[in-house]
Amino acid sequence: MTPPSAGYGRIKHESGMEQILANGIYLGAQYAMIALGLTLIFALMNVLNFAHGQMYVLGGFVTYTFYGQLGWPFAFALLMSCITLAVLGALIEKYLFAPVIKRSSREESTMLLAAGLAFLFDSLILLLFGEKQRGVPKLVDGVFNWDFRVIMPYDRILICVLAIISIVTFILFMQYSKTGRALRALAQDRSAAQLMGVNVDRYSMVGFALGAMLAGLVGGLLVTITGVNLGMGGPTSIQAFIMVMIGGAGVISGAIAGGIILGFLEAIGLAVLSQYGDITYLLIFVSLMIFLAVRPQGLMGKPWG
Amino acid sequence: MNRRTLFKASAALAIALSLQVPNAWAAPPVLKIGFVGVTSGPAAAWGISNQRSMETRAAWINETGGYTIGDTTYEIEIVSFDDQKDPKRAIAGMEKMAQEGIHYVVGPNVDDGAAAVRPVAEKNGIMYFPYAFPKELYTAPASNAILGMVANYQSGPAIYKYLRDEKGVKTVAFVAANESDPLSQREGGVAAAKALGLEVVSDNATYQVNTTDFMPLLTPVMRTRPDLLVLSGVSPANAPQLVRSARELGFEGIISTETAQDAKVLREGAGDLANGFISVGGASTPEIASDAMKEFVDRYIKMFGEYNDESNTKVYALEYILETLKANPAAVDDVEEFKKTIDTFEAPNPYMKGDAKLRYVGMTSFGQKRQLAVPLVVNVYRDGEFETLFIAEVD
Repeated sequence: MTPPSAGYGRIKHESGMEQILANGIYLGAQYAMIALGLTLIFALMNVLNFAHGQMYVLGGFVTYTFYGQLGWPFAFALLMSCITLAVLGALIEKYLFAPVIKRSSREESTMLLAAGLAFLFDSLILLLFGEKQRGVPKLVDGVFNWDFRVIMPYDRILICVLAIISIVTFILFMQYSKTGRALRALAQDRSAAQLMGVNVDRYSMVGFALGAMLAGLVGGLLVTITGVNLGMGGPTSIQAFIMVMIGGAGVISGAIAGGIILGFLEAIGLAVLSQYGDITYLLIFVSLMIFLAVRPQGLMGKPWG
Repeated sequence: MNRRTLFKASAALAIALSLQVPNAWAAPPVLKIGFVGVTSGPAAAWGISNQRSMETRAAWINETGGYTIGDTTYEIEIVSFDDQKDPKRAIAGMEKMAQEGIHYVVGPNVDDGAAAVRPVAEKNGIMYFPYAFPKELYTAPASNAILGMVANYQSGPAIYKYLRDEKGVKTVAFVAANESDPLSQREGGVAAAKALGLEVVSDNATYQVNTTDFMPLLTPVMRTRPDLLVLSGVSPANAPQLVRSARELGFEGIISTETAQDAKVLREGAGDLANGFISVGGASTPEIASDAMKEFVDRYIKMFGEYNDESNTKVYALEYILETLKANPAAVDDVEEFKKTIDTFEAPNPYMKGDAKLRYVGMTSFGQKRQLAVPLVVNVYRDGEFETLFIAEVD
């Protein structure tokens, strides 16, 4: 690369709508993946998993450890993230959430448990992986440049494609597999599913594991782009909640829609409103408040009560 | 044996032991030095590098027999408090230090925390060493705070002048996180750039501190075609991503910041794309690091597994406190004595080659000496390491 010095800062493009669209698609795909795991857990167990962001961070650190530090192939490292988070999710559901749900009649109990887990994960991540930002080598070098109208590094394109494939695979799994059907039945009506012979305890555990695995998978994918540090958990959880609220809590298609909408709002806001300062998220939150006041169940959620 | 006999025997044994081994009960006096700063969350690296620098140095001192101040040899104990970058917690931390009778506290790491603890420190006779830049903390009538590093309004002008004169920079764009520290550093940077005759082509692009994808943010900034992109107050966590995104967007100009960074974090996060990135460093670049600095780094790695380059600036605070107390032992319990010593204090700088000195500075910036004379070392990142670009002194 040419050593940087004055006079070289000449970006020749005047990127407009095409770049915004590309950024929106990329952001939307990753946000949709983040939201999927959260909404699945909520759909199955009526639990808002406040530790979802921390699970995402943990997935990133596991991939960092195997791919970045031990030099394993990226696919194996990603698999390790999925397995680690799936096992962790299963154990958390079986030994923490299941007993609390059975014994407590208040929904706040699971919320408090999830919040406590978030703090616990933050501390464990600090102990195990340290305080620093971590990153891994790029998967693919080079930048796609369409006449300076769309500029997108190849590794982002790859991650975006992998995210879309994961989302499609997940949807197909939920639609056509026996486990997927059982999970959908559980989400639809727990009592009816039980009466129909679905082992609700087992599938609750499977569902939680699957939701945690999705968080770990997206963390492992995105560590190649954004890196990972322990402070990302909380803000990621908040973003996931926003997407789920937009799309409708407990609705898979709603989570995807919410993720895509948030991705595009961010891409458009940052491009168009940056000259006025950092008001993109201010406007997003204000819009969300107005939207929820009008339609509290989100785009695709069913009215509650 | 009945109970009375047993009691008498135990009492006799205790008395005999206390007479036989008097030295075992006389533990060395402990000098507690406090730390209040952020050791969790996204900015954890800032506070953890402080805390670990102090703990490394304290362990080194204790291992080699303690630190002698006047007629007393002390064991150094570091008492830490995580303020989570929250001013309310910073106040609680400083109050805890006061309750423990601690008079010298390193931190806090951020502007609002440092401002919040000022009344507590002044009321309880505590000298504190923030890593925060607001001038009112160090300008009279304030007198209990001593700036632990070079401020951006000191380093910025030096860096921009160098880039203007040596690299022909004419236009500059600023990007900052939407938080008080980065925003105030941006403000200072913009003023410094304009004072040097540079054209500021973008100065209102900000991002949420938890942003992970900077391409949407940087795309409109890149359109302004700056020669220099300044990442105001950027944290070590965000710097690699910003640099990487800018380079991937095709930016070939210079990227700089006035905060300390970590070479390994840059290598992992941006790789070769970070080559040429300019930041502010400390004492461990090979050109200036003394053997003592190298030993400090080795001990740090042995204690904590990995070095943090931010400790190059953070290594100084404890050294200054102890050396000043050595110069005036009456200051151990009396910060007014400490303040009297500041104006004339001078001691060898153990961390730099040559005859560099530890002394207090700040007359130009604050009208009184309320800053540690940490060398302004401007680094450029190259192939995984920092190289010294230039060294300057600030006042």
